[in-house]
Amino acid sequence: MTSSKKTISQSIWDFFCSLKLTMFTLITLAVISIIGTVIPQGTPPPEYLHTISQNKLKLYKSLGFFDMYHSWWFILLLSLLSLNLIACSVKRLPAICKTITRPVRVMDDGLERSISNLTSIMTSGDAATLKDRVAAVLKAEFAEPVVTETDGAYHLFAQTAPWSRLAVYAVHLSVLVIFIGAIIGSLFGYKGFVNIPEGESVGKVMSRSEKEIDLGFAVRCEKFSVSHYPNGAPKEFKSILTVLENGRPVAGYDRVPVIVNDPLNYKGITFYQSSYGKYGEHEFTVSDPDGSNPQPLKMQSNGSAKLPDGSGICLQETTPDISRFQSGLNGPAAQVEVHLANGENKTFIVYSNNPAMNRMNLPYTGGKLLQYRGGEEFMYTGLQVAKDPGVWVVWVGCILMVVGIYVAFFMAHRRIWVRVENGTVTIGGNSSKNQGGFQLFMEQLMTKLKKQLPLEDNK
Amino acid sequence: MTSSSLFNITTFAYLLSMLGFFAFAVSRSKVLGTAASALAYGGLLAQTVAIGLRWKESYALGIGHAPLSNLYESVVFFSWTIVLIYGLLDLKYRYRVIGAFVMPFALLGMAWGQLSLDSGIQPLVPALQSNWLTYHVITCFLGYAAFAVACGISIMYLIRAKHEKSTPDNEQSIVATFPAGRVLDDLNYKSIMIGFPLLTLGIVTGAAWANYAWGTYWSWDPKETWSLIVWFVYAAFLHARITRGWAGQRAAWLSIIGFAATIFCYLGVNLLLSGLHSYGG
Repeated sequence: MTSSKKTISQSIWDFFCSLKLTMFTLITLAVISIIGTVIPQGTPPPEYLHTISQNKLKLYKSLGFFDMYHSWWFILLLSLLSLNLIACSVKRLPAICKTITRPVRVMDDGLERSISNLTSIMTSGDAATLKDRVAAVLKAEFAEPVVTETDGAYHLFAQTAPWSRLAVYAVHLSVLVIFIGAIIGSLFGYKGFVNIPEGESVGKVMSRSEKEIDLGFAVRCEKFSVSHYPNGAPKEFKSILTVLENGRPVAGYDRVPVIVNDPLNYKGITFYQSSYGKYGEHEFTVSDPDGSNPQPLKMQSNGSAKLPDGSGICLQETTPDISRFQSGLNGPAAQVEVHLANGENKTFIVYSNNPAMNRMNLPYTGGKLLQYRGGEEFMYTGLQVAKDPGVWVVWVGCILMVVGIYVAFFMAHRRIWVRVENGTVTIGGNSSKNQGGFQLFMEQLMTKLKKQLPLEDNK
Repeated sequence: MTSSSLFNITTFAYLLSMLGFFAFAVSRSKVLGTAASALAYGGLLAQTVAIGLRWKESYALGIGHAPLSNLYESVVFFSWTIVLIYGLLDLKYRYRVIGAFVMPFALLGMAWGQLSLDSGIQPLVPALQSNWLTYHVITCFLGYAAFAVACGISIMYLIRAKHEKSTPDNEQSIVATFPAGRVLDDLNYKSIMIGFPLLTLGIVTGAAWANYAWGTYWSWDPKETWSLIVWFVYAAFLHARITRGWAGQRAAWLSIIGFAATIFCYLGVNLLLSGLHSYGG
């Protein structure tokens, strides 16, 4: 009974330690991650929804394809990977630690047979003198040896970078550290967004999960501006921001320019230049063609409304003076788009002091005369707001990973054992990686060693 | 001399170098091998100067920035890194014939850039105005280039393995000039050992930049996800080295799949999917 129980737990343990599981998880993660790069993540845009059937939509939704990197099965795979690398490390670390902290200092017969880089040099002279010479060469060319004396023979042992054996486990640990950082961020941080009109301030932002978050202070947008290169491409998006505590500017945070790639950070909350737009209210009148019975119609900048006949109207752009665009005309004007009953869209310009031109649009506005009365417009800046207390943990993980990979790939634990007896010096060594390079090193070491030892003739 | 005429010379040098390596593989004439190598190194030198000149020219236009900002500049830089990594491998291990399988990648990059991409020097859009651009692009492309070299070596490995199965001991064939199977297997591994840390660094610098500019180090953007897919594939490759069953042919296939994923990450994401990396880098 107990033995079968042991085999079950043993086989579960072996499963989590297995390299097959590693290969399975890594390859599966690589393949299924493709899904989220083909199917849009988050709220799917309407253009996409038109391209797939209702059944497919239902299936995708139930499988969590629209937020796959947070779905239970993706998290499960990441957990499997984590368990796998923890189990592998727990299994192998004790032996590795023993190799590092309690090295085998004496080359016995068993060890000697297992070493491929083994050389015996016949020499004259007594063991004590030879030992000192060998030790000097090892110290100069490799590392200072530890000497053990047994049965009239001297055993020298030297090693370099034994700790490099730990690098693989540091890389494994770094993956877990990054996961921990990500979890801290998702538990205690947030990502939000806020639009601030010029001259106004906000103290609350909307998080991505549609929750309102109180900042505990306020941010005012003093000004927003866009500059362009001569070819028309945008050069700089700039917001001038002021942080307010109890309505007063905070020293050092007064009128700070914030541009893309140069955010503002205050109390662990960071504000990133992300978008911009126009904000304002515009007045129109809708009247009979002769101007009688005027009714006011209000629209926000880039907003929309309904005309009396029920067709929709969108405000696209406005100008305080049309003469810049159309010579011979003047005064404020607005460009609108009307969605006609027959499904067509019609774009035209509505003037404030040119009823004759406005009357040409009667066919699109249900026979009513639409006139622009003017409005006020401000720029607003769109800021990405983020707080992520886990980000430093993620960076620690990243640095550990990069350093760990470097050490794991390019540094080796090299060990050299020497047995010095009267008339014979036996040298053996091994390396945790790069066997070719180590063999070359050993050959060069032998050459140098032979020069320092009184060689027997023609041996 | 302008950068653009130097880039044309580079493309021509890479073409001749590739043909030289092919002729070397067929004829085993040492002179041809040396000439092909010399052309590769000469092209690399010309390209290095050209990239420097283009950098300088952008300052003369008043829009100075490192030439790493659009598809043309990235594909030129990619081909430069491929020849650089090949050169390092050649200097260290001296297996000249590998050039026949690596130079085509470099030539393809240069030819595509020179023949069909817009090579005008454009000002930097606000999103790219950061020093992180240079660190991120250099590390990523050095990584990609090492994977390209590994892919070329893996193709050689598979050709050799197939040939040994069908007609063993045929000393007259081209394949006989290839390094031994275990050498190719080892060089494949060594190239990936160069590429993997660089890709890791590329992803980390990208995350650092994203965090600095957007406030999120990771947003599962298709480019980010594909770079992670590439990382998973090569992580699998490295772990596969520990088991004997995944060495040799299977490792070669993993390396080729990894490079296919790399190319999709670099080009496919920009040309076929939409996302944050829309400027083509």
